[in-house]
Amino acid sequence: MTWDWEYAFDILPRLLVAFVQYTLLATVLGSLLGASLGLVFAVVRQARVPLLTQLLTVIIEVVRSTPLPLQLFAVFYVLPLVGGPTFEPLVAGVVVLGVHYACYYVEVYRAGIDAVPPGQWEAATALNLGRRYVWWDVVLPQAIRKVLPSLGNYAISMFKETPFLYLITVPELLYTAQVEIAGSTLRYLEPLTLVGLIFLAASYPTALALRRLETRLGSDAAV
Amino acid sequence: MGDTTLVEYVPLLLEGLQITLLLTLLGAILMFVVAFVLGLASRSNRTWLRGIARTIIELFRGTSLFVQLFWLFLALPQLGVRLSPLLCGVLALGLNYGAYGAEVVRGSLNAVPGAQREAAIALNLSAWHRMRRVIWPQAVVLMLPAFNNLLIQLLKGTPLVIAISLVDVFAVGVAFRNAGGDAVLMFLVVLPAIYLLLAYAMTFGMTLLEVTAKARLGDGRGLRDAIRNLRPGADPEGMHVPAGAGGVR
Repeated sequence: MTWDWEYAFDILPRLLVAFVQYTLLATVLGSLLGASLGLVFAVVRQARVPLLTQLLTVIIEVVRSTPLPLQLFAVFYVLPLVGGPTFEPLVAGVVVLGVHYACYYVEVYRAGIDAVPPGQWEAATALNLGRRYVWWDVVLPQAIRKVLPSLGNYAISMFKETPFLYLITVPELLYTAQVEIAGSTLRYLEPLTLVGLIFLAASYPTALALRRLETRLGSDAAV
Repeated sequence: MGDTTLVEYVPLLLEGLQITLLLTLLGAILMFVVAFVLGLASRSNRTWLRGIARTIIELFRGTSLFVQLFWLFLALPQLGVRLSPLLCGVLALGLNYGAYGAEVVRGSLNAVPGAQREAAIALNLSAWHRMRRVIWPQAVVLMLPAFNNLLIQLLKGTPLVIAISLVDVFAVGVAFRNAGGDAVLMFLVVLPAIYLLLAYAMTFGMTLLEVTAKARLGDGRGLRDAIRNLRPGADPEGMHVPAGAGGVR
């Protein structure tokens, strides 16, 4: 059997719909959740809140060292057994991706916060600014600007890990191609090749754009 | 819970663990080979060689590990090539993370200060000796932390083989749950503990290598200090090459 163009064009619209509806949506929501949660983690760690900081360090370590598929199963199938919430597959996927990447983002933010010159902290203290203002108006704007390209790179990583949501039956791009389309036609070559090409077509230009942003911001201080 | 107990599943878990370890080991070997070949080729003076290397790197970095795994297992047979599930797993893991590793190799080699190379030329060292005795030992020190991250990423990618009918330790855990076993115990205690342990063991091994490599450069930071900083903090892009290692991503 060889490549069948007609079949390929036939299934392309369905793949693109699944891509936008699930893959992109999961990436955007997961990135937003991860970036905000990661920021909270980073500030808690930096502020050295007793107990909470140590607990957070352990959680981050465990999340970073265990596989995403395991975490997906744990949240989707096991959490409800111990009285946890029952999630829709997509919601479970977004939560797991978000928390998983928050544990990477926390290091990125830390690098950004560390890169803010001590003089900025001292100046803010000398001006008698409240803690909230020091963080929101002095430190974070400078820190986040520095790590923007790194945050973007992690978003691309997450994007390429959205197919993992296949394991909890989210009908994202890979699931649609492999289960819903090829499952009935039994022709895998075209759908799976198209899936790869769609991923490449989306991630490569984004990576290039981020590289350009990185040069422009001159942020070699980033992780 | 059902009557399936964890004790009954210990032998199966050990068998699954063997598959996980085999995938990780063979995948890692392939990853290193691919990383070095593509990493060196992407620094070549020959445009065509660089072009081929860059194309392969971007292809494997850009298309997602899980998609590659399915492609090798389901799409490739339609082109007349049928590979065993284990080989598919090893190929997907090795090629995907090898492509990331190639960027680590390239970035680390580029990060060795230019004066080192000039000094080696001034001393009339051959191209081979320059690489082998001067550039490479310094680049390796920069590479090891990033490779540690990639190894842990690779380990964390192994459970995907459940989708191509391989029974690794994660798949045994899933089977245990399906048979009515205590899913809470399996997924919140046993499996996380296994993966944490493997990740720490890997980090420990790589830290030893790093200390050795640094000692060769005359930077004896002592083993105790290194162990104190032991953390397997895996990083999805293997991005821990120090600043200045230009374009590692």
